[in-house]
Amino acid sequence: MPWTKVFLAKEDLACFGPGEGLRGLTFVQALLEAQTQILENDPSAFVIGEGVNDSGGVFGSTLGLADRFGPKRVMDMPIAENGLTGIAAGAAAAGMRPIFVHMRMDFLPMCMDQIVNHAAKWHYMSGGALTVPLVIRSIIGRGWGSAAQHSQGLHSLFLSVPGLKIIAPSTPYDAKGLLMEAAADNNPVLVVEHRWLYGSVGYVPEAPYREPFGKALVRRPGRDCTVVAISQMVYEAMRAAADLEAQGVSVEVVDPRSLKPLDTETILASVRRTGRLVVADVACPMGGAASEIMAAVLETDPGLLAAPAVRVSFPEAPTPCSPVLEEAYYPGARHIAGAVKKTLGLSDHG
Amino acid sequence: MSTSSDCAPASPAPSRDVLRGLLETMLFIRLFEEKIVAVYPDQDMKCPVHLCIGQEAVAAGVIAHLRPGDYLTSTHRNHGHCLAKGVDPGILLAEFFGRASGCCRGKGGSMHPMSPEHGILGTSAIVGGGIPHGVGHALAAFLRGQDAISAVFFGDGASEEGSFHESLNFAALKGLPVVFVCENNHYATNSPLGARQPNPDVHRRAQGYGIPAERLDGNDVEAVYAAAGRAAAHARAGLGPYFLECVTYRWKGHVGPDCDYEKGCRPKDELFDWMERCPVKRFQSRIEDAGIMDAAGTQAMIAAISARLDAAVAWARGEKYPDAAEAVLGVYAPAEV
Ligand SMILES: Cc1ncc(C[n+]2csc(CCOP(=O)(O)OP(=O)(O)O)c2C)c(N)n1
Ligand SMILES: [Mg+2]
Repeated sequence: MPWTKVFLAKEDLACFGPGEGLRGLTFVQALLEAQTQILENDPSAFVIGEGVNDSGGVFGSTLGLADRFGPKRVMDMPIAENGLTGIAAGAAAAGMRPIFVHMRMDFLPMCMDQIVNHAAKWHYMSGGALTVPLVIRSIIGRGWGSAAQHSQGLHSLFLSVPGLKIIAPSTPYDAKGLLMEAAADNNPVLVVEHRWLYGSVGYVPEAPYREPFGKALVRRPGRDCTVVAISQMVYEAMRAAADLEAQGVSVEVVDPRSLKPLDTETILASVRRTGRLVVADVACPMGGAASEIMAAVLETDPGLLAAPAVRVSFPEAPTPCSPVLEEAYYPGARHIAGAVKKTLGLSDHG
Repeated sequence: MSTSSDCAPASPAPSRDVLRGLLETMLFIRLFEEKIVAVYPDQDMKCPVHLCIGQEAVAAGVIAHLRPGDYLTSTHRNHGHCLAKGVDPGILLAEFFGRASGCCRGKGGSMHPMSPEHGILGTSAIVGGGIPHGVGHALAAFLRGQDAISAVFFGDGASEEGSFHESLNFAALKGLPVVFVCENNHYATNSPLGARQPNPDVHRRAQGYGIPAERLDGNDVEAVYAAAGRAAAHARAGLGPYFLECVTYRWKGHVGPDCDYEKGCRPKDELFDWMERCPVKRFQSRIEDAGIMDAAGTQAMIAAISARLDAAVAWARGEKYPDAAEAVLGVYAPAEV
C-alpha cells in the first residue's frame, strides 16, 4: 500500500513508479496542504499562533497561508499562550474551529490550565450541550543544543486528561489525514509533531481526506517481536527492523498514530503473533504512552508475553545542551534493536 | 566588569571613570558577540545563540549600578547581562561550546547560563519565565532583611505574558526591591510590537500597578545609566519596584549570527536607521569628543578586550567535553548540598 508505507529515504519514493497518480510530499507540505484545505472548506476555521504569518511560517508548516487567507483567518498573536488558549477555546465554544500552533511543545505547559481545566472538560461539564473543537499543533524539537526547554515530548502529561484527544502522525499521509480529522472533530485534539519528521517523504492524495483516530497500522510485518513506535520513533524502529532482518530477527513495527484513543486491538493482535513487545516513544518513560500500551497488554492477558516487555524512551532526565550529552541522551535505532534482542534473549553484540 | 561601588546612584554626573567603564562594558559585550559571529560557522558552538548586538547600552547602563550581592535575571538574550555582571567570558563560551568547564557543565548552553556568585540564579528561555523568579529573589532578600536588589531583564514580548503582570502586581503589593528592565527592541522573533500590543508604551502597564516607570532611549548609555541610578536607589531605599522601558533594536536575526532582513523578517531601512544610532559608536565618539579618552586610548581598549576574548575563545575550545554519563546525572539535588 503506497499510503501506509514508511519511506526511509527520499529516493525510495520512486518504488511505486510514476504514472500511478501518486504524488510525493514531505510531512511539512502535507501539514500545509491540510491546513489550506481546512481553511478553504470551513469558514469557521482559523489558524492562530506565534509567527504563523512570518517568513519562516512555523518551519514552513503555515507558509503562505496568511497571504492567501488574510489576517482574520491566519493570526499572529501576542506571547500569551495560556490566555490565548482560553480565547481559542472560547471561540471554539462559540462556534469557531481554531487551529492553535506552537513552535515547541515546551510551550504547552503555559497552556495547561486552559487545556486541562477548561477545553478538555467543557463538553462534559455542560452536560453535553457545548463543544470545544480546538486543534492544538505542537512541535517537538531536537538537536543543536535545543536543551531542556526546547525539546520536550510532553504528550504523557496530557494522556490522563479525559476529554482530550492526542494524535502523533509519523508519515506525510497521516500528517494530512489525521490533521484534517482533528479539524473535523468536535473535541480538543492535541497534535504531536516531531520536528525531525518534517522532511520525511511519502505519497499524499491531493483531494481532502480524513484518517480516523484510534486505528494503528502495522508498518512492517514480522514474526519475532512487536515494536510499537510513536512519532519519529517509527523511523528508528524501521531502521532497527532492517538491521535486525540482516541478523535473522524479524520485527513487526506498529504505529499507533493516535495515542488517545489508542487502538489496543491492533497492538494486541501483533503481540499475540510475536509474543514479545518493545515500545519506543519520544518522551520520558514515567506515566507515559509506552506504559499505557504495556498496561493494555497486562490487562488483557499477561500470558501473551513470552519475555518481559522493554521500553525505549528518553532517559529520566531533562535534555542537556552539549553535543556529547545530547548524543548520549537520545535513543535511536540501535537502542530499539538492543531492546528487541533483549526480549529474545540474544546478546546485543553484532 | 562593572559593578564598582563608585557608581553612587545619587551622583548626578557620572565620573570619568564611570564613563570609561560604561564604554568598556559596551565594547566588551559587542566584541564578545562578534567573536561568536566569527566562530559560529565552524559549527563547534552547537547551540542556538540570541545575540544582543545593538542593545549593549541597556546592560551596561543598568548593571553598572548593581553590586556583587545583587540579583540579576535574564532571558534567552542574556550574554550582555552576564558579562556586565562580571561572569567570566571563558566560562560562558565554554558553556556555549558544550564543554565541561562551562558555567552549567554543558547542560545549559547559551540560553540558560547561571552564576550564583554573580547573583544569576539560572536563566529561562521560556518567554516571561524569568520575571517571577527575579521577583522571588527580591522577596528572599526582603524576607531576610538584606539590602540586595533584583534586576529583572526581559523583552517587549515577555510583557505580554501573564507572568509579567502577576509579577509586577506582587512586587508592587509587597514593595519588593526590584528593578524591572524591559528591553523594547520592537520585535518578538519576527513579529513587530504593533502586531502584538495595542499600546506600544510598555511602561504604562507598570504604572497601572502603581510602579514608577520611565521610557527612555535604550541606545543612549548615559540616559540608561541615569535612569537606572534612580531606579536602583529607589529599590535600595525600600521604596519598592521601579520600571525602565529601554527602547532599542537588535541588529542580528532573532537567533543565530546572521542578519535577517534578506529573509524578509523586517525592513532593511529600519535596521540600517537603527545601526546609524549604534549605542557603542555613539558613546565612543562622545567620550573622545569630550576628551575623556583619545582615539588611541579607545583603540587600545578595543585591542585589549579583543585579545582577552580571543584568549577566552581559545581556552574554551581547548576544554574537554563532559563525560557522556553526565547526561542523566544531577536530576535531583542530593540531601546535603
Ligand atoms: C512561552 C514561550 N513562548 C514562545 C517562545 C518562543 N520565543 C522565544 S524568544 C521569543 C520572542 C521573545 O521576544 P522578546 O520578549 O521581545 O525578547 P527578544 O527576543 O526581543 O529579546 C519567542 C516568541 C518561548 N521561548 N517561550
Ligand atoms: Mg523583543
